[in-house]
Amino acid sequence: MNAVADSLPVMALRRIGSMSLFLVQILARTGPALLRPALIVRQIYNAGARSLVIIMLSGMFVGMVLGLLGFDVFQRFGSEDYVGVLAALGNLKVLGPVLTALLFAGRAGTSLTSEIGLMKSTEQLTAMQMMAVDPVRYVVVPRFLGGCIAMPLLSATFTLIALYGAQLIGVQQMGVDAGAYWSQTQNAVDLHDVWEGVVKSLVFGIAVSLVAVYEGYHAESTPEGVGLATTRTVVTSSVLVLLLNYLLTAAFLTTK
Amino acid sequence: MSSVNPTPARAGDAVIEVRDVRYTIGGRVIFDGLDITARRGRITAFMGPSGTGKTTLLRLITGQSYAERGNVKVFGEEVSKMSTNELFDLRRRMGMLFQNGALLTDLDVYENVAFPVRAHTRLPEPLVRQLVLTKLHAVGLRGAARLMPSELSGGMARRVALARAIVMDPEILIYDEPFVGLDPISMGVICRLIKQMNEALGITSIVVSHDVQELASIAHDSFLLSGGRVVASGTPEELNRSEVPEVRQFMGGLADGPVAFHYPAADYRAELLDEAAP
Repeated sequence: MNAVADSLPVMALRRIGSMSLFLVQILARTGPALLRPALIVRQIYNAGARSLVIIMLSGMFVGMVLGLLGFDVFQRFGSEDYVGVLAALGNLKVLGPVLTALLFAGRAGTSLTSEIGLMKSTEQLTAMQMMAVDPVRYVVVPRFLGGCIAMPLLSATFTLIALYGAQLIGVQQMGVDAGAYWSQTQNAVDLHDVWEGVVKSLVFGIAVSLVAVYEGYHAESTPEGVGLATTRTVVTSSVLVLLLNYLLTAAFLTTK
Repeated sequence: MSSVNPTPARAGDAVIEVRDVRYTIGGRVIFDGLDITARRGRITAFMGPSGTGKTTLLRLITGQSYAERGNVKVFGEEVSKMSTNELFDLRRRMGMLFQNGALLTDLDVYENVAFPVRAHTRLPEPLVRQLVLTKLHAVGLRGAARLMPSELSGGMARRVALARAIVMDPEILIYDEPFVGLDPISMGVICRLIKQMNEALGITSIVVSHDVQELASIAHDSFLLSGGRVVASGTPEELNRSEVPEVRQFMGGLADGPVAFHYPAADYRAELLDEAAP
């Protein structure tokens, strides 16, 4: 009986269940938490502004690699003009939201988890409960909302900079004609593709922020416990982002 | 705050009543047949060796854990039967000082003390400021209002936590191991503050500790916990005169006695000679 209860699928199912319940708890307290916008703004700054440098740097490099790769592949078919199309679609639909979410999990997600975990292990959450203050409302919800709002903004920044990076290599360095580059891109990309990126970044933002606050709030109150929770945040949210990315890509393809 | 209490409060009333409580964690019995009473306006000490469940007892009183059997009543109301809202109402009438202060690390001293006020009231800022500064002055740290918790010494952090605990004028103040890890001066300061809070504000105080000397100087009533129940109770002087072995060991600080020096183990000689064992 115990072997069944401890088996991987059952444990995974239990975690999904408990995470969903936690999300319900968070959503139920979102209304009251919105009455204190200062708390949320601070968390947008913590999760968003503090991740900007790493997001911009990564966006630049990813865009430049796309420019190189696109040029290398399309040159073989004599159609270098399409470098812009590859860079734009690749970034808007997949690379922008996915890579931003993975970087976001590593930079902001881990800091959310360890911060909440440390607050728990130093009895700050218990102290709040003893002051008749609900820690989910005051600690978890502002951080969750801050993450959800910051992630799409970061994803948009990443995508824009990556597009610039691809153009820098494709047009400025490899000599693709600027007019052809941009007109091909404009023809190929439609609003549906932009929406795909926006929806993905919203969903990934919710997923990563939820995993991060959940792991922090449920961390064991020891140094090892907080460390383990931080690791779990990165692992779980990364796998979740890649899985959701596949599902959303498939869904957008069928609705086109 | 006492207007919340429907019955007129009299000094000496039982504010906290613990009756025949049994509590286990993972099959290990922490309490069995525990009886404790704390009276209004008095300083009551819960003493006992480490691991006797003193902190667990506080969790039962504050509704963070529930007993398997028996009753825990605060202000005459059964804690385990309270809804979340009732429990939060009860906690607004209590203040708690945690072992390490448990200050919110992202707020400065002033904001930490102001935190419960801002969370529970919509008082105008000048009034919040007055409240916070009065309480900080009472613990002697008005000048430290803008320091962050990481810049405070252990004793200062506990004093700030005390200011935060009294800012909503609680009827009960609970101190969890207030003397642990403090130098003699800070210890003296905390001792004096506990006494002052009790005398000046008439706050019913619960002090959990194993510092016999400090407690003896401030406590009106003491309960000595050991083996999951109260082995002795009375004034500190009465405990000092007690002939019960557990009490003598604890009050005298003896290494061996009813609380054994050695953790239960196999026979020493047999284990040393048994080379096959790991």
